[in-house]
Amino acid sequence: MTAWTLLIIAGLTVSGFLVGRMRAQGLRNAAAGALHSMPSYHGLLLASMGFGASAIATLAVSLSAGSQSIVMPAAAAILGTAAIAGVYPLITPKFRARNIFEQIVKMVLLASSGIAIVTTIGIVFSVLLETLVFFGEISPIEFLFGTHWAPTATPASFGILPLLAGTLLITFIAIVVAGPLGLFSAIYMAEYADRKTRGMLKPLLEILAGVPTVVLGFFAALTVAPLIRRSGEALGLSVASESALAAGLVMGMMIVPLISSLADDIINSVPQSLRDGSYALGATKSETIKRVVLPAALPGIVSAFMLAISRAVGETMIVVMAAGLAANLSINPLAAVTTITVQIATLLVGDQEFDSAKTLSAFALGFVLFCFTLVLNYIALRTVQKYREQYD
Amino acid sequence: MTDFSKKLDPALVAKRYASERRFRAYGAVALAISVLFLVYLIVDIAVKAWPSFFEHHIVLKVELDPARIDPAQVQKGDFNGIIKDGLRAAFPNVTTRADSKKLMAQLSTGTGDDLRILTVANPAMIGTTVNASALLSDDADLYFKGMHAPTLKTPGQTNLQIAKDGENYLFTGDLSQLVAGQIVRANGGAFRITSMEPGGAKAEVLLTPDTLNSLVAGNWDILSFAAIEVDRRIDDRAVVLLEAMRDKGIVEKHFSWRFFSSGDSREPELAGLRGAITGSLLTVVMTLLLSLPLGIAAAIYLEEFAPKNNWTQFIEVNINNLAAVPSIIFGLLGLAVFIGFFGLPRSVPLVGGLVLALLVLPTIIIASRAALNAVPPSIKEAALGVGASHLQAIFHHVLPLAVPGILTGTILGVARALGETAPLLMIGMVAFIVDVPNGFRDAATVLPVQIYLWSDLPEIAFQSRTAAAIIVLLVVLFCLNAIAIYLRKRFERRW
Repeated sequence: MTAWTLLIIAGLTVSGFLVGRMRAQGLRNAAAGALHSMPSYHGLLLASMGFGASAIATLAVSLSAGSQSIVMPAAAAILGTAAIAGVYPLITPKFRARNIFEQIVKMVLLASSGIAIVTTIGIVFSVLLETLVFFGEISPIEFLFGTHWAPTATPASFGILPLLAGTLLITFIAIVVAGPLGLFSAIYMAEYADRKTRGMLKPLLEILAGVPTVVLGFFAALTVAPLIRRSGEALGLSVASESALAAGLVMGMMIVPLISSLADDIINSVPQSLRDGSYALGATKSETIKRVVLPAALPGIVSAFMLAISRAVGETMIVVMAAGLAANLSINPLAAVTTITVQIATLLVGDQEFDSAKTLSAFALGFVLFCFTLVLNYIALRTVQKYREQYD
Repeated sequence: MTDFSKKLDPALVAKRYASERRFRAYGAVALAISVLFLVYLIVDIAVKAWPSFFEHHIVLKVELDPARIDPAQVQKGDFNGIIKDGLRAAFPNVTTRADSKKLMAQLSTGTGDDLRILTVANPAMIGTTVNASALLSDDADLYFKGMHAPTLKTPGQTNLQIAKDGENYLFTGDLSQLVAGQIVRANGGAFRITSMEPGGAKAEVLLTPDTLNSLVAGNWDILSFAAIEVDRRIDDRAVVLLEAMRDKGIVEKHFSWRFFSSGDSREPELAGLRGAITGSLLTVVMTLLLSLPLGIAAAIYLEEFAPKNNWTQFIEVNINNLAAVPSIIFGLLGLAVFIGFFGLPRSVPLVGGLVLALLVLPTIIIASRAALNAVPPSIKEAALGVGASHLQAIFHHVLPLAVPGILTGTILGVARALGETAPLLMIGMVAFIVDVPNGFRDAATVLPVQIYLWSDLPEIAFQSRTAAAIIVLLVVLFCLNAIAIYLRKRFERRW
């Protein structure tokens, strides 16, 4: 039925256009060119009427009766035809078809820009509602301060602290790797590299940024983790096969392009006059960077780091594939830890029913994750924006 | 007052210059590490993936017996049985039930598929004897690719006598080359040395010999192994059979078109990417259909019509934040809203496309706004000046000039959607699906999820398949990025 309905909507749209244009053209020929709007605008108006009415009818029916119902194409056809037939007699030489059509287009543009807000509301509500149901079964105190995470055990326990510790441990490793690498890369690209080197290196970093995280996860699990385990054993250390270090290292490499491109932009936006002043006092290039450029760029760099942290905390595939499932409350980078995202993924993969505490706990974890990253992102984005305004 | 006439301290100058060089070197090293990581990543995966693009077959003479293929229903013919008969005929020495089973285990469970396709296309073949290409199992395939513990072949340089000793055999003569655990191949058969004793080398038979003639230097050889049998994926009997196939010259290596033309399978040698590639294509088409018009419309509104007020500010903050929300959260949204509330089916490209569309929408809006903003206002003003309406000025003059920038942003968004895995796990696109999806409402999986699924499987052969799937994904993404870079370079305009 869906295909038929789509066909009817398309047919009504096209025929609305043709009918409207034909009538307007007929009027123009009869009234010797005294139309307010071009004939095609009359056509477009009828087409948008046909499309809008039939699409609304389709949506309404499919939500109330399901998309298999024969009512759906019928309703689309009837309502669409009615809309076209209703507007058709209005077409006269004085009819302001263009103005009305442009008003409709503007409404559509406005509505499209609202999608972002609808999405945010959708996220907040869908996650929040399930979380509230979850907190009806498990108290928030137990969830936020419990030190034991075992959602599938009987009795199940839902203490988020081990997950938080694991997430922060891996994020910490990632930032320790990516921070210096990303920052120094950015400094080199912005201050030292000539145009040609820059033109060569920037695409390479973009490629690194574009590598899907599932690929990095595979690499972490199959190449980096065994490497770390072997070198650990050579040093006489016991390393878990799914160590936090492997996941953290690879995640760090994932974040390098993010930090370097943000920091690069920020360093570039520091006014040249500051540098020139420093050079005039006899400072070398590195002294200028360390004492003038970086302090001036500091707020922006801090927010780049915050965005990087938010990215690392929300990253899923690398940790799903390379970090463990065991919820250990540990800060040993060689041990296996698990993260919030790993738990969400494992709890929700496979068949699940919406009313079990196990499934709901994934939404509660998602809520924590969303709030955490939202706060970080918001502060970071505001800082970057303020910073830009300051120097613009 | 500082005395500037004083000479500079050369030691201090040298120190400062050294510090300058060091600082510069840090930057170069940091960049080098990133680039080396990228190169190592790609090379490592490419090396792992390379063998998966090839597969091994054996060529057998088989009779397409009309009794086993109904000419009216060629599709249902017992082609696996026909291939097995052909293999049995090629190895008349294999007589015991266990050995015969071992021999058949070297064939893939889908070994007759190629012959079936060939016969369906050309039914005149039925009743004739043809050379059929039969796919080998994953372990046999890996053996010929040299991915198992290596087998060493040493030519026999001494003369030996062989005699039957009850159930077993006894080698006598110059035993200097023999060690317990090795395999001696002679007279069309194979023997494993069980123990070295004063009276000779005791051996058990792995493959029945044609005769018990004496062994002359040069007409027999020894197979020895770097690892003991229990540590190998493939045992002595299988090695003997596979080496016999190799000696007969019936083993062939082909490019594995199957890897691109077949759907997923539990058998590594039969598993292919067609289902995942189709699923990715359907999902991305859905994503584009939704996010491109919505993204451009939102960008036009925000850039050209939105009044500077709190509401606009709120929308902008929202879009920027959405761009940084973890992708797994979009998966939760899809699960709760599209599947839980609207009751759409799980695992389908329709829902996958919806979720990914919301995910890439902020990217496309931000890129489109930048592209629209880059068009100089004079163009719009000129259009307004000659009497165009605001919308006409934008749709007829500004938008066409912004198209390359919008396209670049969109391609990068599509590349992101193609590589995204986590949100699709949430909406159930992780099922094991053999059939290639035909529409937006068929259960499907996508390339990155296929990679995730395969990486979880225990078979060694799947590791290589995973790497090969990654290479396919990376090639697609690099092509998309290259197109984006080309568009940017080709149509970039400085006003």
